[in-house]
Amino acid sequence: MRKQKIGYVDLTTGEVKKRDIPESMRRKYLGGRGLDMYLLYNHVKPGCDPLGPDNVFVVSAGLLGGTPAPSSSRFHCGAKSPLTGFIGSSNSGGYFAPELRFAGFDHLVVKGKSDKPVYLFVNDGEIEVRDASHIWGHDTHATQQMIRDDLGDQQVKSLCIGQAGENLVRFANVRTGAKNAAGRTGMGAVMGSKKLKAIAARGTLGVEIAHPEEALKLYEEKIQKVLRSKATLAIQEYGTMVVFNTSNTAGQIRVRNFQTNTLDHAEHLEPEYMYENYTIGKAACFGCPVHCRHKYIVPEGPFAGTYTEGPEYTTLGAFGTEFGVRRIETVLRGNHLANMYGFDTLEFGSMASWAIELYEKGLIDDKITGGLKLEWDDEKTIFELVDQVVFRRGLGDILAEGPERAIKKLGEDTRYYNMNIKGMSNLHSDERAIPSFALGIGTSTRGADHLRSRPIIDLFNLPAEVLKNHYGFDVVNDYSVYETRGKMVWWHETYNPITDSLGICRITTVTFSLNRLGYQDFTELIRVMTGMEFTPEELQRMGERIYTLERMFNIREGASRKDDYLPERYYVEPTPAGLEKNRGKKIDREKYDQMLDENYEMHGWDKNGIPRKETLEELRLDKEPSHIL
Amino acid sequence: MQKMILVDPTKCTGCRTCELVCSVKNEGIANPARARVRIVRFDPVVFEVPMFCQQCVSAPCLAICPAKAISRDKESGVVDVNYDLCIGCKVCMLVCPFGAMSFDPVGKKIFKCDQCGGDPICVKFCETKALQYVDVTAVSSRKSWEGAQKFSELMQKFARELAPAG
Repeated sequence: MRKQKIGYVDLTTGEVKKRDIPESMRRKYLGGRGLDMYLLYNHVKPGCDPLGPDNVFVVSAGLLGGTPAPSSSRFHCGAKSPLTGFIGSSNSGGYFAPELRFAGFDHLVVKGKSDKPVYLFVNDGEIEVRDASHIWGHDTHATQQMIRDDLGDQQVKSLCIGQAGENLVRFANVRTGAKNAAGRTGMGAVMGSKKLKAIAARGTLGVEIAHPEEALKLYEEKIQKVLRSKATLAIQEYGTMVVFNTSNTAGQIRVRNFQTNTLDHAEHLEPEYMYENYTIGKAACFGCPVHCRHKYIVPEGPFAGTYTEGPEYTTLGAFGTEFGVRRIETVLRGNHLANMYGFDTLEFGSMASWAIELYEKGLIDDKITGGLKLEWDDEKTIFELVDQVVFRRGLGDILAEGPERAIKKLGEDTRYYNMNIKGMSNLHSDERAIPSFALGIGTSTRGADHLRSRPIIDLFNLPAEVLKNHYGFDVVNDYSVYETRGKMVWWHETYNPITDSLGICRITTVTFSLNRLGYQDFTELIRVMTGMEFTPEELQRMGERIYTLERMFNIREGASRKDDYLPERYYVEPTPAGLEKNRGKKIDREKYDQMLDENYEMHGWDKNGIPRKETLEELRLDKEPSHIL
Repeated sequence: MQKMILVDPTKCTGCRTCELVCSVKNEGIANPARARVRIVRFDPVVFEVPMFCQQCVSAPCLAICPAKAISRDKESGVVDVNYDLCIGCKVCMLVCPFGAMSFDPVGKKIFKCDQCGGDPICVKFCETKALQYVDVTAVSSRKSWEGAQKFSELMQKFARELAPAG
């Protein structure tokens, strides 16, 4: 484990360096997202152009990647986000992270900018910068195959960008395999700006295990724990789509941008229908017993032969409900295009449905759309916009710039209809009836997003004593209230960085179910795999350190409390549909402010959301940037 | 009784847990390159096939070994390598039709699946049961049953479609 290295690559000069990772840094940041945040805070020049040579692109495997820890296959990537101007951070499963570790590296730091397309080949302790001129212009599937052919090794695993990343679409993403995507914050555009088409890895060195015999016993025990959760079994069967039925019925999704919160007659978007008609098999990421990814093929019709994996729950919204679409094949086609071109479905769905609503309201006209009639529930509109965004034509060229730049272009009166926070669009969910979810997208360090904290367990209204036992403080067991939500969200905000630093997937952790992996399990896994000992409390403080460092990155780029608020519509328009409990709900400004105060207080930040001096000292962040690595 | 590891590629999710646990158990390191099983993956139209030693009856590796280092256990039928005799010439790697003979660059020796001495760890950890450890003589009857089941489902569907309305 201790042999794993950081590789530094300067694409301007072609220089490659390698460094060991001292245990002291592991003890502060573990690896993955945690150590990436340290690297970004130390290497990104404040105020730099995210698409310029001064931005730094980091990629990493989690501390447990490639080891027998359940579902620990995730890679993390980061940079200053070209979408938000704040921290860019996204992660994904697949096979890349384990392969990177087997090749001897845990982190890569890519600086500068190449003048011709290149890709990196990481192989058994070495990093090579290789020509990618012949691959540039190809989609993500072709790219990965061309790299395998170029290297003459079918076992090579790559992450790469598609045409969206090459064309600097600000929400282009980073992809590996058939569908795995580090989807958010536009990391694909950063790669594109550096002319970095892909990073390929192949390793035969392996990852050392501190206690191999115990490791297998523990692996078995933790797999059993994950599989005992009923929520896991549902996801094994249907993937994350399983969330759709309840959230649609309850009225927790966005329909036609943000006009209503339930899509009626949406039976064909339900996982059962998908499973019966399109799913052809199940796929899993490295070492994962859950196999939530489903392979599908469209057997007939205009999209016949469309083959990919997925779609995820979020894409059901991005190509479905947000456009008022009820046909699963539209979603499957959209999902496929996103996979091939390499863009974030969430951002696309949000931006495109915003444009349609603007057109409907007369805020943009045929001059802006180039004569294209933007209509709800219309495949022509959706796929024309996909094409325009990816290849930067017409209205698509404006949407490709992401929320804030597009608003500037289309006029301040369009802002009200845009569903972004910190410059990143929200997923297709409607949080007006669930204050904890609403706070989470507000405070999220990477912009409107559910994966920074969303406490899905809040929806189950578990008994108060169960919640107290889990959180260590009193939580009101009612998802519709504001009380104690600031604390609850804080708990998840400091917990998620740990799973992301270990490389472990949300699906196997307590996000969905309290019966899954938590801090205690992580301490056992870390000890057996790496030999390092931590207490659950130490891990919690480390999560706070990582999250606070992200906050510091954002503050350095000008963020403060003002950036933690929701789009105006959340406070103004009550929810028109859904279950009784969720109907007629809007966010109360005063109570939202109280949640923010409570949340900041838990983090040790002042009223403006700036970490206090004593907080930084306690977290040993007061000397950052310290330039150790 | 001879047993074999029966592979059903249609159930394989490609998670490579078999490679992982095999290397940890046999080599004490997480390293698929040193595992006795290998998932061959066809990307991006994903189809995965677990590949490993079939313990062939007429084993090319055994036949060609110039040092007579490869032999078969009479009872279990498992083909194994005697490292006292192995000269590391790698000819067995060249003749194996399944790519089941591998060379370990660290330990500098040939290695292959020995079914973990009768309790294969890959089978134990295979979540979807794409790998099963079964009695050799039971394999054909099991396959017959599965094939017949598919046939019977087809016939039933056919019969329903042909049945007169009402």
